[in-house]
Amino acid sequence: MSRPALGARLAVLGLLIAFLVAPQAFAPVFAPLNDYGAPAIYDQGNVLELALSHLWLVLIAAAASTVVAVALGIFVTRPAGAQFLPLSRTLVNVGQTFPPVAVLAVAVPLVGFGQAPTLIALFAYGLLPIFENTIAGLESCPPPVLEAADGMGMNAWQRLRQVELPLALPLIMEGVRLSLVINVGTATLGSTVAARGLGEVIIAGLLSNNTAFVLQGGLVTALMAILLYDGMRLLEQRFVPVARN
Amino acid sequence: MHRIDRLGVLLSFVGALALALLPLVVFKANRIVPGEPRALLDLVPTAALALYFTLAVAAGVAVFIQSPRVRLLAALIGIAALAVAVASAADILTPAGNRVVRVAPGAAFWIVLIALGLLATDALTRLRPGPVLRVATLVIFLAATLTALGSGFFDDLSIMREYAVNATRFAHEARRHLLLALGSLAAAVIVALPLGVLCHRQPRLRNAVLGVLNVVQTIPSIALFGILMAPLAAMALAFPALAALGLSGIGAAPAAIALFLYSLLPIVGNTVVGLGRVSPAAVDAARGMGLTDGQVLRQIELPLALPTILTGVRIVLVQNIGMVTIAALIGGGGFGAFVFQGIGQTAIDLVLLGAIPTVVLAFSAAVVLDALTDLTRRMPR
Repeated sequence: MSRPALGARLAVLGLLIAFLVAPQAFAPVFAPLNDYGAPAIYDQGNVLELALSHLWLVLIAAAASTVVAVALGIFVTRPAGAQFLPLSRTLVNVGQTFPPVAVLAVAVPLVGFGQAPTLIALFAYGLLPIFENTIAGLESCPPPVLEAADGMGMNAWQRLRQVELPLALPLIMEGVRLSLVINVGTATLGSTVAARGLGEVIIAGLLSNNTAFVLQGGLVTALMAILLYDGMRLLEQRFVPVARN
Repeated sequence: MHRIDRLGVLLSFVGALALALLPLVVFKANRIVPGEPRALLDLVPTAALALYFTLAVAAGVAVFIQSPRVRLLAALIGIAALAVAVASAADILTPAGNRVVRVAPGAAFWIVLIALGLLATDALTRLRPGPVLRVATLVIFLAATLTALGSGFFDDLSIMREYAVNATRFAHEARRHLLLALGSLAAAVIVALPLGVLCHRQPRLRNAVLGVLNVVQTIPSIALFGILMAPLAAMALAFPALAALGLSGIGAAPAAIALFLYSLLPIVGNTVVGLGRVSPAAVDAARGMGLTDGQVLRQIELPLALPTILTGVRIVLVQNIGMVTIAALIGGGGFGAFVFQGIGQTAIDLVLLGAIPTVVLAFSAAVVLDALTDLTRRMPR
């Protein structure tokens, strides 16, 4: 990332933190949106707390879907799981046609209202991009490299850990980032089934016809998604050695 | 040769476990109380035995038989037996003329249905049908399902009860759902295609446009719906002519505009990628033959980029069909109206009445557009 781009990200991050810590300071910015004296800043709860709860939901779900999706991706690309590969490809395609609201709504009768149905929906929704990219990454390892690994006397486990996974890592991380961005947005829907998150701010705005609330909830969510994506990419560039040809 | 199919073992094991531990049929005194399980064998002994026998055969096929055709057939017969058994149980359990009690398929029904569905999907995947055959299969399957549902045999099941109550509204919401999803797609194609071509020609424009559209994509849908409500309400107030045309702050207008905005990125992005992949040699050759810029675009570049563009259209259509459900929150209508009403009343049958058609619609759209994409790839050029 270039220096000015990094500067812009940091400025946005600063603005976001400032809003979350002292939302009332931004009242003059949002006041013109409400001309009939309605509150300009969300006042039915602590925005910082909601944002953290939102982020927490997304991160837990992402961690769970990463572990499961990568494990499944490894399994179906091994000889033992080869019989599951065609079906899992189709499932990834079919799964993406399920609307998040449907997943959420069907989870409610099973586990009740609150965080649980949201976590289930986010987990299920987050699986798909990671699983898809894990398979793509593992399958894109060049056969000569794999043969060389075998020739060096590596067993299957060593080859997976030292050769295949490192080569597949950039694609897997891309999947994780994508799933995070999608889920930061999807988590707002959780508020329709009583999960604590930024959706509360938006829905409060929809219910009281308060555009300022809707805008605040929407902006904070969108900025979190963008910063999370860029932040992950930055960390990856910094800490993950990428094999370059 | 008796090679054991691991997928078949897994599916049979999960299905058997579900049948042993969970109810196939659930009886509810009314539509919102939690149900109590009922044993299928006590209610309809013949149908129950027939079902268990069919499922045992299907499990045997799944484990030992490799031929995809046989596996597909076994899965489909299993699904039919499952539906018939549960529907006859509902018939027995419902007192004549009673409109209050609900008989719903239990957890075991759904798990076995998913297991059989996976078996059928796997068989279909291994058969590798061509695009035309895939669409034909979809049409036959939908027609068979609709005929079965229309026959009245399943009318005592809880979801069909919910449908009977809402039949007129269902047709209305279905039209609204399709109109919103397809209308915003059409508008997006009209705008995004030329925009994509422009972006392909002007790298600087490309970065700006794709950057903005990427940011739009991160705004959560319920927020974008809400943000559009205020300016639209103000416009309707300022220009009565627009209000007379149906524009207002709540309802379909903000939903259609939000869907349109979300639709732009995949189509613009895929148009740029598709045009970028057209080989420069093909373009040079066309120029050498004396084609003008417009002719090169229409006759060479766009046809070559078409499969990639159609992939973008598929993403948008599937995404739109799912997202229209959220429009119900701001009075936009569509199947989401049933879903949110159902969540509000904790009436799961009503939720399913909204959720199942949405999934079927999205899935059908994906199958049809995938087939179209494949056909354009194969087209002789």
